[in-house]
Amino acid sequence: MQFPNIENMKKILSFILSLVLLPFLGFAQYDGEFVKPKNGRFLLQNATIVTVTNGTIQNGSILLANGKIQALGQQVDAGDAEVIDCTGLFIYPGLIDGGSRLGLVEVGSLAETQDYAEIGQVTPNMEALVAVNPNSVAIPVTRVSGVTTTLTMPSGGLFPGTAALINLNGYTPDQMYAGFKGVVMNFPSSARRSTWDRRSDDDIKKEFEKAQETLNEIWEKATTYHRLKTAGAALEYYPEMEHLSKVVAGELPLLVEVNAATDILKAIEWIASKEVKAILTGVAEGWRVAEQIAAAKLPVVTGPMLSIPTRQSDRYDAAYTNPGKMAKAGVKVAIRANDAENTRNLPFNAGFAAAYGMGKEEALKAVTIYPAEIFGVADRLGSLEVGKDATLLVSTGDPFETRTQIRHVFIDGYRVPMSNRHIKLYQEFLERSPGLEKN
Amino acid sequence: MKKILQAFLISLLPMSWSVAQTPTGSVLIKNAHVLTVTNGDLEGTDVLVENGIIRRIGKNLSAPASVEVIEANGMYLMPGIIDAHSHVALDAVNEATAPITSEVKMADVVNPYDIGLYRALAGGVTISHAMHGSANAIGGQNITLKHRYGSGNPEDLFMKEAPRTIKFALGENPTRVHGRGNGIQPRTRMGVDAVIRNGFNEAIQYKKAWEAYNNALKVRGATPVPPKYDERLETLADILDGKIIIHCHSYRADEIYGLINTCREFGITNIVFSHVNEGFKVAPELAEYTMGASVFADWWAYKFEVYYSTAYNAAILTRNNVITSINSDSGELIRHLYHEAGKAQRYGELNDQETLALITINPAKQLGIADKVGSIEVGKQADLVLFNEHPLSIYAIPQMTFVDGVKYFDINADDNDMRLRVSASEVVEPIFLKEHEHRCMHGVDFFFTNFGRSLFNHSH
Repeated sequence: MQFPNIENMKKILSFILSLVLLPFLGFAQYDGEFVKPKNGRFLLQNATIVTVTNGTIQNGSILLANGKIQALGQQVDAGDAEVIDCTGLFIYPGLIDGGSRLGLVEVGSLAETQDYAEIGQVTPNMEALVAVNPNSVAIPVTRVSGVTTTLTMPSGGLFPGTAALINLNGYTPDQMYAGFKGVVMNFPSSARRSTWDRRSDDDIKKEFEKAQETLNEIWEKATTYHRLKTAGAALEYYPEMEHLSKVVAGELPLLVEVNAATDILKAIEWIASKEVKAILTGVAEGWRVAEQIAAAKLPVVTGPMLSIPTRQSDRYDAAYTNPGKMAKAGVKVAIRANDAENTRNLPFNAGFAAAYGMGKEEALKAVTIYPAEIFGVADRLGSLEVGKDATLLVSTGDPFETRTQIRHVFIDGYRVPMSNRHIKLYQEFLERSPGLEKN
Repeated sequence: MKKILQAFLISLLPMSWSVAQTPTGSVLIKNAHVLTVTNGDLEGTDVLVENGIIRRIGKNLSAPASVEVIEANGMYLMPGIIDAHSHVALDAVNEATAPITSEVKMADVVNPYDIGLYRALAGGVTISHAMHGSANAIGGQNITLKHRYGSGNPEDLFMKEAPRTIKFALGENPTRVHGRGNGIQPRTRMGVDAVIRNGFNEAIQYKKAWEAYNNALKVRGATPVPPKYDERLETLADILDGKIIIHCHSYRADEIYGLINTCREFGITNIVFSHVNEGFKVAPELAEYTMGASVFADWWAYKFEVYYSTAYNAAILTRNNVITSINSDSGELIRHLYHEAGKAQRYGELNDQETLALITINPAKQLGIADKVGSIEVGKQADLVLFNEHPLSIYAIPQMTFVDGVKYFDINADDNDMRLRVSASEVVEPIFLKEHEHRCMHGVDFFFTNFGRSLFNHSH
């Protein structure tokens, strides 16, 4: 009789052990397994690649490595990369939302979770990036839609703070930071805040004029501060002016929130007179003064399209057609959902813009390359090109269509889990156990 | 005396005549891709409408020379969209003065001039359920409207065939308004349940008192004293008798389940839950004991009771055989319910038929009007909408909308200014940055902490 050697014994033993443990290992899948964002080398193979800037590639592949797009084309060598078959699927650059409150609020009505509006009219030094909660439940809910990047903005007074562009993956604000900041300014408004703003026409006019005066005074202060600072004067600690002086110096752009047509014209004038680098945001009535915006060569971030017309006499589709009309006049238009937890509706806003005059190609650019250019990050984001960040989505079709499924999302080279609380609840409750009867 | 009565009745005749007659139209829509919702899709098909009713569906139909013929050229024809939860065309929404205000009627505050009606028509919506707000545990009686925009008479908008419905509300809104706002019951979900039970029990007592009185009357020579008439309790008694459908604002699974139990106890089966963000957690119960759920496509996290929501709600409910609809509760959303429904394909992959049912036949069932509207079938009212592309495509644009065969929206005949009335005192037209009307908490927003200053708030 041949005695089994020790190596074989080990093999047999581990086989028996695995048989015993198998049920437990199986159970472990239900209890405790967590899919983490995964970094590595990936080859997305055999897809239709919509590059945005260089046309569409059929049967193409993309190699992702070190957080970047390393190769892209019809012949890409996989090397040691993990291959993900994308036959029949489409690859688009990650969608960029031009303005939201994502990460700055968890539950809309609860003051304890509202971190977007500080006390005071002039608080430009309030940094949105500081308050971004990387673990907000809304972040994974948003990113599985292919919205990978958003400009998260403070709101409130005249200068409510500094907005930051963030990628929707990472455990610290710095890991999420996508390379752009801008100081938010709410340009004095002659419009009513909402349909239950009951101020008289006279009061609105007075408040508008007063706000305009205040704005000019503050700006005068900021330029004076900047002048003294560059002249080397010893200045008292004045964080608000210190921050605004960066805008005066052109280090930070102004994000000028303005919506009513007459206000837009005044804002254009104001921006020109102060020679400040600016981006117009909101711009709900942009279509009324599109030529003037184009002539001023100011980029625009507008949205949501899914909102009612600003005037009762307007055509029912005024908000749907607004971005298309501005784009036709020659304005560079980016789109925002202007939401928090439902920033995932960005592609649908773009879809409405496309249907109502903007066209699919321009609308796609309005959520990819245009915001990237407007925010000065087009070297990293906004299109599928070699050398750019590995930030993209893989879908079953046009990401603007509701019937399309988003299959994979990559952010900064990380393959993010296609799961979130909404999906987990779906998995738990589609077929509830117990159902109606317990037994 | 008899003559006077006769003369009085005759004088009433033309009035009742004019009230009964709302305009109906005849039209032949040729060569459309007909999405019937209940009988599949029919390519290259004609639909003949006569006097507001769908008379024939088929190929190569003809119509009398006087009837307008519309060449659809393969465009998509679907039933008029029905919104089971709306506050459009209402001058007031909340009578927030008591936890039970079942005597209040939204029919009394219908504003036929609301531009929101036209905007809804431009989004293919032909019927909306104009509801009381959510401030009270038992709110007012709602009114089902047909969007016959153009008449100055509120009654012309009423869908007279529709059964009576009433608004209930659970959770944060009634407890905030009454408990925290006014220091009276209910302040908790226990209190909401108690308020509703008390209401039902009082109505039972009230019914018994009237029964006793009516029985006493039958005794010869008896002169019983009648009980005090109470419109509030009359209405609650009608709910118990199954004459009124409850549409209940609700979010959390526990409160939904609780009201299902209360209704079962009182023998009430005519109940639809509205919003129902956590309805998916009690889908088997909703399927078994109710007329279903009317939900938002994707709204969540705007208040704590909707934090544990999922956009897959409509899909889970549908798969569990709950009659499910998608509503607007908003003058903005009502303009693109076809898109809101489409989200049930992103979140849960419902097929086209199931998805279109969410905004047509299912809300019709929940409003008790499914035998009249909600699908394209011979004999049904001709509420129709024509789209240039499949209505579940993001690129679809409504082209024409018909109510009772009358065209109320035509994209090619759409003027910029579709207002019916302009205020004489209005010198400069106001510009609004955000719509804040037409919602559940309209009129009681001071109970919220934010005072609506932000551009982001939903407060439903």
